[in-house]
Amino acid sequence: MLEIKNLHARIAEDGTEIIRGLNLTVKAGEVAAIMGPNGSGKSTLSYILAGREDYEVTEGDILFNGESILEMDPAERAAKGIFLAFQYPMEIPGVATMEFLKVALNSQRKQRGEEPLKVADLLARVKKAAGELQMDMGMLKRPLNVGFSGGEKKRAEILQMKLLEPKLCVLDETDSGLDIDALKIVADGVNALRSPDRAMVVITHYQRLLDYIVPDSVHVLYKGQVVKSGDKTLAHTLEAEGYAGVLGEAA
Amino acid sequence: MAVNMNAAPKLTPAETALVEAFAEKVADLPGDPGMMLLRDRAVETIRAGLPTRRVESWHYTDLRRLLTDVPAAHAAVTAKATAPLVAGSTVVLATAGAAGKLPKVDGARIERLATQLLAGELTERLAPKGADDAVGAINAAFVADGVSVTIEPEVVLAAPVELQNIHVGGQVHGRLSVSVGQGAKAIFVERQTGAGAALVSSVAELEVADEAEATWIIVQEQPETTTHLAQLNATIGKNAKLTVFLMNTGGRLVRQELRIVAAGENCEFTLRGVNLLTGSTHTDVTMVLDHAAFGATSTEIIRNVVLGKAQGVFQGQIRVAREAQKTDAKMACNTLLLSDEGEFSIKPELEIFADDVACGHGATVAEIDRNHLFYLMARGIPEKEARGLLVKAFLAEVIEELGDEALVEPLEARLDAWFGANG
Repeated sequence: MLEIKNLHARIAEDGTEIIRGLNLTVKAGEVAAIMGPNGSGKSTLSYILAGREDYEVTEGDILFNGESILEMDPAERAAKGIFLAFQYPMEIPGVATMEFLKVALNSQRKQRGEEPLKVADLLARVKKAAGELQMDMGMLKRPLNVGFSGGEKKRAEILQMKLLEPKLCVLDETDSGLDIDALKIVADGVNALRSPDRAMVVITHYQRLLDYIVPDSVHVLYKGQVVKSGDKTLAHTLEAEGYAGVLGEAA
Repeated sequence: MAVNMNAAPKLTPAETALVEAFAEKVADLPGDPGMMLLRDRAVETIRAGLPTRRVESWHYTDLRRLLTDVPAAHAAVTAKATAPLVAGSTVVLATAGAAGKLPKVDGARIERLATQLLAGELTERLAPKGADDAVGAINAAFVADGVSVTIEPEVVLAAPVELQNIHVGGQVHGRLSVSVGQGAKAIFVERQTGAGAALVSSVAELEVADEAEATWIIVQEQPETTTHLAQLNATIGKNAKLTVFLMNTGGRLVRQELRIVAAGENCEFTLRGVNLLTGSTHTDVTMVLDHAAFGATSTEIIRNVVLGKAQGVFQGQIRVAREAQKTDAKMACNTLLLSDEGEFSIKPELEIFADDVACGHGATVAEIDRNHLFYLMARGIPEKEARGLLVKAFLAEVIEELGDEALVEPLEARLDAWFGANG
């Protein structure tokens, strides 16, 4: 589903190279965990997948279902089925959450040539998804993410993911800022979306999240490259020996 | 004042047109001798020259340079009322400043001003407020009619009163005189629109008595060939509340002055405004707020969106008198500059003579937040739509502060209509 080939990318503004020859393949149905120390390029990778303009790809390619996405803007990528759950979801004053959900859902449907959702249908879907994430519907009347706690923002991200039903979910540090109860709710939400035709890239610094979202593969990112790949036991090794131990071995 | 007549500047075409229009019309203008003297004095100030950038309060709006022409005066005409902003409102129509058939409302008196002008009852109020009051002077010289609305004490009006000033081009001078009696509650919509090139001067006087509560919504949707010079003079009594909402979406040259006196103890003043500017237009909102009494609260938020080559100005002056202790005044002006050729100038001014007050002001000029744009696009919202959503959100925030859905919805619909035509 996702093939990243020899990807090189830099910060557009100052030319600092962050991703330096990254290779990664994630198959449909697979949950791939990306782990790595601070500054290894984890968040950058998530932004590049979503199409953020602040980064410039200088070499290599990203194929999504065999098609290069590098020339697509973020909205086109989203309509193709790529979803990024942000580490720090934006607060957008003045945009009501419900209105935003409606516009996002219907924009994607329109780009795919589908009919817009009827209001009642939309409401029913939102209600169901919010219930599963134990979110108060009152929150959704507020402006998008404004005044939400860290945990509420993360839940709102997963709510959007449930509603948009993407094919590739990229979760950037979804565990940061969550207490253990919230983490379980969010992980349950993510696990419910696991399916044979959906892939997930779970980016995390700590192994903790992977106890709840158990990955099929684990990849260690270091200085902009995948330096080591393995199954879920690699995450435990990282936890036990630290990045230094594992990286020393890799280097 | 010693004036060397030889040094008097040559009149501009606009000044000439105004002076000549006055000479033609003066015989028909209503007024007792006192009123006619006032008109003469007012036209003399026009003859002495419209304000230029050297006059401090007109620094960003050089009226003498910007007022390039004054269209010829039309014969009396009747325009049709337009659908009110809020369905079910009582509509009071003035065509080109002249009052039409007046509706009846329980608890209110609605009258035309021509009779009061003729009797000289308004002369004192019509006097320009200072040497730099060009809007007041033009209006005082020419105004022949208008509408007065008096809300009786303790009356709560169920429906808004919409004061429509609709023109069909030419020279339009209108006047509104509104008082909200003690403990009364009312919503007014001042609707300024028309068709064709016009010079409009419109001055509104609003008195909000003690314990009263008034909302005054100005919707200025003049055609892009119209010059709109307007003034709202409001006085707020003890424990009274006044909310002014201003929406400027039209006009070629616009000056909207707000002269507010927080005269009564513990009164509250709220100003929210949105200026949607495009084309080669020039729009100036100038507020002078006097905190004259103890314990009054005021907040002002102006939001601007600038497209094309539009020029915008906000001048906000807050004066806190020595006796106005415990004043709490906050002013903000935020601008989204969406074009490299557009401009917005902001001049906040605080003059504080009391020592126990909380006063502040802030101003920002920004482009659309790229992080916000990325977030919306990452959810599949195409760029153009995402930008539109963010711009609308920026403005909707201040509209929604009105709280009343009956007002918020139609105002947001005006936004949508404007972006539909100009976005």
